Amino acid sequence: MIADALAVLLMLGGAFFLFAGTVGYIRLPDFFTRMHAIGKSDTLGALLSLLGVACCVGWSLTAFELAVVAIFIFVANPTATHALSRAAFLSGVAGEQTEERSHG
Amino acid sequence: MTSLAAALALSIMLSIVVTLVTVVRRPGVFDRIIGVGMVGTKTTVLLAYLGLLFGRVDAFVDIALTYGLLNFVLTLAVARYFTWKGET
Repeated sequence: MIADALAVLLMLGGAFFLFAGTVGYIRLPDFFTRMHAIGKSDTLGALLSLLGVACCVGWSLTAFELAVVAIFIFVANPTATHALSRAAFLSGVAGEQTEERSHG
Repeated sequence: MTSLAAALALSIMLSIVVTLVTVVRRPGVFDRIIGVGMVGTKTTVLLAYLGLLFGRVDAFVDIALTYGLLNFVLTLAVARYFTWKGET
């Protein structure tokens, strides 16, 4: 009962953060702000959703594997975001503030 | 619980389709790369939900783990490749 309520809560929270990541990718004006939206809300949304599925499954090896996937995403997604934003910065992708500064 | 998982899986599929359309329509190499990376993360979650729907979470979670690993390696490799070749 408590595990089911926790699972529903975690899955709904995860779905909200995944949706926020999508909206941020579509609506935000600038490459680095889009990076910011994806790197944080998407990671948290995936973590919450996978933990919610693990709560659905109950104590077993499958729940442990789901926790491993969640921890891996929690480590790997910010790393990939950092590597990509570093690559974009080195290649000279300009943000909005950079353009304003160079024009003014 | 099954209907909730089905609804959330459908919402994730909708997000993936919208993101892919945006990736195709948007200029710039790095914007496309982060869009594809986000699709990969969402697909990992979607595989977990599909396992819940089909009642085979133990089989689908292995596929999800492999997909997450491949997505991470792909993003790092493409970031290294485009570091100096980016057309902004």
